Amino acid sequence: GEGKELTKEEKQRLRKEKKQHKKNKKDDRGPPEKEKEKEKASVPAPSKPATQSPAHKAPVPVNASASESPVAAEKPAKSKAELRAERRARQDSERASKQGKKEGGQQSTSSKPKATPNELQPVVKRLPDHVQVDDPVALKKLAKKLERQQVPLRSDYGYKVSLFSHLHQYSRKNPPTQQISIPVTVIHPSIVRLGLQYSQGIIAGSNARSVALLHAFKQVIQDYSTPPNEELSRDLVNKLSPYISFLSQCRPLSASMGNAIKYIKKEISNIPSQCKEEEAKRILQECIDSYINEKIILASEAISKYAIEKISDGDVILVYGCSSLVNHILCEAFEKQRKFRVIVVDSRPRLEGREALRRLVKKGIRCTYVLISALSYILPEVSKVFLGAHALLANGYVMSRVGTSQIALVAKAYNVPVLVCCETYKFCERVQTDSFVSNELDDPDDLIVTRNGKTHLENWQTVKSLGLLNLVYDVTPPDFVDLVITDLGMIPCTSVPVVLRVKNVDQ
Amino acid sequence: MPGADKETELSERIEAFLSELKRCGSGAGSLRGSAETARETTSLLRRITAQARWSNAGDLMEIIRKEGRRMTAGQPSETTVGNMVRRVLKIIREEYARSRGSTEEADQQESLHKLLTSGGSSEDNFRQHFTHLKANVIEAINELLTELEGTTDNISMQALEHIHSNEVIMTIGRSRTVEAFLKDAARKRKFHVIVAECAPFCQGHEMATSLSKEDIETTVIPDAAIFAVMSRVNKVIIGTQTVLANGGLRAVNGTHTLALAAKHHSTPLIVCAPMFKLSPQVSDTPFTRFSEILSKVNAHCPVFDYVPPELITLFISNIGGNAPSYIYRLMSELYHPEDHEL
Repeated sequence: GEGKELTKEEKQRLRKEKKQHKKNKKDDRGPPEKEKEKEKASVPAPSKPATQSPAHKAPVPVNASASESPVAAEKPAKSKAELRAERRARQDSERASKQGKKEGGQQSTSSKPKATPNELQPVVKRLPDHVQVDDPVALKKLAKKLERQQVPLRSDYGYKVSLFSHLHQYSRKNPPTQQISIPVTVIHPSIVRLGLQYSQGIIAGSNARSVALLHAFKQVIQDYSTPPNEELSRDLVNKLSPYISFLSQCRPLSASMGNAIKYIKKEISNIPSQCKEEEAKRILQECIDSYINEKIILASEAISKYAIEKISDGDVILVYGCSSLVNHILCEAFEKQRKFRVIVVDSRPRLEGREALRRLVKKGIRCTYVLISALSYILPEVSKVFLGAHALLANGYVMSRVGTSQIALVAKAYNVPVLVCCETYKFCERVQTDSFVSNELDDPDDLIVTRNGKTHLENWQTVKSLGLLNLVYDVTPPDFVDLVITDLGMIPCTSVPVVLRVKNVDQ
Repeated sequence: MPGADKETELSERIEAFLSELKRCGSGAGSLRGSAETARETTSLLRRITAQARWSNAGDLMEIIRKEGRRMTAGQPSETTVGNMVRRVLKIIREEYARSRGSTEEADQQESLHKLLTSGGSSEDNFRQHFTHLKANVIEAINELLTELEGTTDNISMQALEHIHSNEVIMTIGRSRTVEAFLKDAARKRKFHVIVAECAPFCQGHEMATSLSKEDIETTVIPDAAIFAVMSRVNKVIIGTQTVLANGGLRAVNGTHTLALAAKHHSTPLIVCAPMFKLSPQVSDTPFTRFSEILSKVNAHCPVFDYVPPELITLFISNIGGNAPSYIYRLMSELYHPEDHEL
């Protein structure tokens, strides 16, 4: 009733005061603040008691009404706290307008980017933690954050090649789950299990990881109960943050997982506050189910349909590693009575091609198996190359399992068409031109192997100048790729930013 | 009779050599380097020259050709054997010509003409008998042997001309020539080496441990990461199994991919190969080995790759650096055109 609302309001007030406090600490914001003071006049009071709103209109560094143009000019000078506050107020105003418009006069309409698809939104991105390993300040901040969330910090393992000192390198033998005490209080058990499955490589492949993540979140939502004096929309998002930190300690998040998490967080924060808990949970479960269904399952059906048009009888198709999407396409094509044979290219140390080989042979498809060093030997026989992708970057580069760019390079040299199959939910706004700046380093011990009874690299740690490099991803330049098949159709590599923009407008 | 004993001993040695060749070939990778094979072949040929019965150059050449054919048939992938046989044949021809008194320049002037009109005017059937021919030939073969022993050192001596400090050098698999080359440069310069492991035999591992023992900063990468890492590489230095007549290579599998990646990034590709690896063959079908065949699966394991000459920047051999376009000329100095087919 009233009492409950008041305390929620109090909480909001406290939050805003804290933000103001933080903001005042920063000295270098003279002119922009003054401008903001002016615009504060049109700040909407977040619904309820008018007593509180005027008192707090002044100190609130909120700019929900921020018409994007003046703000756009100062955006580079703003701090992250202010941006966060802006976003929060924007969400508040949305909620306010949803709850039936109890504004006090100066109402500014929602300033969602929907109105400005034509304006170039300057995006201020925070550099992700996992590429700042060489920065001790960033490491300390990360450690503090993890301590606050009670998530164990995983330590690096082994000698890191100097070119990659900005990335983490973990050992599979020390999963972070070993450092968690039992019983686990902060992290939900299904998340712990998921983290272990990631770090041991039991669940691998971007689709599998995303689907597993979403199922785990469904379980989390099922078991969640709103504590008193909290809003589900806010509290659940806060609950998810330590889980996400934990998972990224187990294994850095993939682009598809990142998009899925963004979607869930958005859906959660869009839950209206009068919604009953059961109802809210039901809505969220449905959202997750529909996301999986649309973005992954139906998308792969659509992609198969397009791709099968490209497979003709008598084709010799080359695939690399184990992509769930490409395997699905080939199985569908085989069921539709296309006559083709497949060459599976595999590479150490993961040897994922063997799994793909197993699945295809079980279907009855004729297969050949080679290692990636035999590529130029086998390519003259090949008529098409089908590759899967981990993510498609905004500048048209394809991020995929290491070795993909090599396949595309040699295929180009032999004039063999290269087709990349990728769902749209893997499209990512990052840009990258080489495989160094943002990558993942896998356990270096995987490279050790015994041949003829001798294991040469057994004691590589003892040799000072010897390093082992086990990259997971690489980026393929768009001029090697002839076509990208997505659920929206067949597009060239360079049209990825167009698709991203269309998606943003829709949302 | 002493003659007969010598002959049996000789044929025993030849048999032993042949079986050694066959055994090496069927194992995984080469258990002995090409330099050793070349040296052993040449000493065997010297022994044949010394102990076999022949009265004139023609007979000797016949014998050597016959043995050479047997040896190359035993292990076709080991081309150094055939190369050494051809070198010795050329030595015999030269010595014969010198003994007869005809000048060498005349021969060289007509060489281009001879290439076009093969078998035209040379009525020389090497039937004349010269007393000192045997001694001369054996001496010349000894010179060849000393040349063989010094090849690796000659190549390593050029290392400092090609490697500057703080370079990142990439190599693939295991080549003793390249190993010696890099170790020589490391005595005076500091640089990094990236070794591609070259599955499935993973000889790159051995190379990396050996280099890192000399305090060279080494990194081992899987073959799949070659293109990913290539953008940070300054030079690619590789060894090879054979240098073909058109300037191309027959090298360990994965080298073609490496060469393409280097070409894409405009990184120079340097091949360290001694002259005895030069072979008159032109591009060949790759040598493959079929491993276990499951019911519906073919598995291919090619041992060598063909690398076309356009992807190669420089050849470093014991006689200095050369461009691939010059290889055909070097070949004509080493082998006689009639010996291309043994």
